[in-house]
Amino acid sequence: MAEHSTPKLAVWKFASCDGCQLSLLDCEDELLAVAGAVEIAHFLEASSAVVEGPYDVSLVEGSVTTPQDAERIQEVRRVSRHLVAIGACATAGGIQALRNFTAVDELASVVYAHPEYLSTLETCTPISAHVPVDFELRGCPVDRGQLLEVLSAFLRKRKPDIRTHSVCLECKRRGNVCVMVAHGTGCLGPVTQAGCSAICPSFERGCYGCFGPMETPNTASLSAALHAGGMDGGTVMRLFRTFNATAPAFEAASRAEEKGAGRL
Amino acid sequence: MTHKIRDLTVEGLARVEGEGAMHVVITDGEVTDVRLRIYEPPRFFEAFLRGRAYTEPPDITARICGICPVAYQMSSCQAIEQACGAVLDEPLHALRRLLYCGEWIESHVLHIYFLHAPDFLGVSSALELAKDHRDLVEKALQLKKVGNDIMEIVGGRAIHPINVRLGGFYRAPTRRELRPLAERLRWARDAALETVRVVSAFDFPDLEIDHELVALHHPDEYAITQGRVVSDRGLDIEVSEFPEHIVEEHVAHSTSLHGHIIERGRYLVGPLARYTLNYDQLPAVAREAAVEAGLGRECRNPFRSIVVRAVETVAACDEAVRIIEGYSEPDRPAVPVEPRAGVGHGATEAPRGILYHRYSIDDEGTILEADIVPPTAQNQDAIEADLRKLVTANLELDDHDLQHLCEQSIRNYDPCISCSTHFLDFTVERR
Repeated sequence: MAEHSTPKLAVWKFASCDGCQLSLLDCEDELLAVAGAVEIAHFLEASSAVVEGPYDVSLVEGSVTTPQDAERIQEVRRVSRHLVAIGACATAGGIQALRNFTAVDELASVVYAHPEYLSTLETCTPISAHVPVDFELRGCPVDRGQLLEVLSAFLRKRKPDIRTHSVCLECKRRGNVCVMVAHGTGCLGPVTQAGCSAICPSFERGCYGCFGPMETPNTASLSAALHAGGMDGGTVMRLFRTFNATAPAFEAASRAEEKGAGRL
Repeated sequence: MTHKIRDLTVEGLARVEGEGAMHVVITDGEVTDVRLRIYEPPRFFEAFLRGRAYTEPPDITARICGICPVAYQMSSCQAIEQACGAVLDEPLHALRRLLYCGEWIESHVLHIYFLHAPDFLGVSSALELAKDHRDLVEKALQLKKVGNDIMEIVGGRAIHPINVRLGGFYRAPTRRELRPLAERLRWARDAALETVRVVSAFDFPDLEIDHELVALHHPDEYAITQGRVVSDRGLDIEVSEFPEHIVEEHVAHSTSLHGHIIERGRYLVGPLARYTLNYDQLPAVAREAAVEAGLGRECRNPFRSIVVRAVETVAACDEAVRIIEGYSEPDRPAVPVEPRAGVGHGATEAPRGILYHRYSIDDEGTILEADIVPPTAQNQDAIEADLRKLVTANLELDDHDLQHLCEQSIRNYDPCISCSTHFLDFTVERR
């Protein structure tokens, strides 16, 4: 790779909703500038022109759920200088990781008349379970501003400025009234990583944790507070077990609720 | 006996939302098999919705598709509200329709300029198009952005809005928040009218389809959020009767189920069906644009669906302006929705066509069963039938041109393979 040539960007999709790669096309004000700064070498949703690898930066959306995809991610890693996992699916398995809590045969027979036609792995796993990942950008979906920041950082060879503190700080910065303290609304903000600008509390609802656990979250303390506020164990369990269900801190919290299901 | 065989394989169909594969078999100059194969890794939404709370489907099913999350939110809310016997206040209906207009604008403009137009202009992408026509692409991006802005102001964010709940919203926007949007939407309506002019000048291959056309129909508005399910061959049913008339089949070559009308077979949902069945309900400005673009009262050429999408974008901008101008802040952002045992059905017009949801819940609000029928699953047979017709009529083309025509034909339907499920490699086998 020549030092001064235009960097090549690739975008890859695994099991996902397309929303995180769509975030790139949703950068309406910046997209043409991005397209000017990089060679968009592989981005099937946006272009039928495919340039061969290796690629300087690969953005990977989605989780690994099939034997074919488990092989494909190895190939993506081989042709990528930097690999950035984007979104809850790629960083923590995403919503479809809910299957990890049930036997897959049982799920398949609910949806499909002929489960034998399907090819699927027993569990759904994030990209980092298969290959080394250079950076993980959180969110369901990722935040456009953060996506541009990460892309710029890799192109400039610097560290991305992505904060790992909780949503609470963003709420304070926006001047939001705390929905949990003021209205008793259950909120995952205290244990969830920032990045969304605290959208949910700004709309008077509790955070549902779509950016996954913050650095060193105290989920036990939050669970206790949610119970004290009158939330039952099943609801607390489901709150932790939705968009980042297999992120380790959230999985531990939901399993703890399962064990203490009698506790109200 | 020797067969004349030609093989052609392309991996990864581009400019579709998701991934799938196409396989065509031509034996001795005759098309013997056409299959649109969808390989999206199965994600089992209907299975893991079982046991969840009745309040969760709007947030969970939004994740089926990043391009049309509002459609999933609206169909699921409607179904569960019906099961619980909740009725929305009128201003909340209008707000939902406004949010949905935002999704139509964003999704249609994405498809028109980024996925579909490059086919007609002989370029690989809108980004390539921007090299020679930067103004046009800039304008397209700004038009798309107006759609996203509606989603952000009403829904909280453009992808997977957070402000939708059963019974309405968590917080209703103020008049002040919506007002600046109206001005931008008037600009957007003009930009959409220009889009109709631009795309209607494209060169369209001939293809007349004879699929039964199915869409929601409402006497007073171009149906998006409510209506009866009607067709051009006499289907006229309540949404709750949908499962009695439509069946889904699981075929070996796809993780997306195929929808059929019982005893009649394949049908088509989406822009062509909506336009043909609801022409009279289009706002005047959109109808005039359609006339100017040379569309009749009906449109059965799927290649022209790009013009219909542009006309619908005009309609969505116009409708959004009308809703904002008539908006008064609701007394409450949501009506209460209390759980009760029962079954509810919901259907709305996703940008790609009817999206049907059905939920069965118990008296505590636990979901017992969920059934979701996305538009692409319903259209899969129609897409295959078109390909068969197109390949048969164009056997003289070489593999490269034939492949391009087929890919373009698939893109006519803007198949959202994420919705049904993903990976398109393309194979023509000539025996």
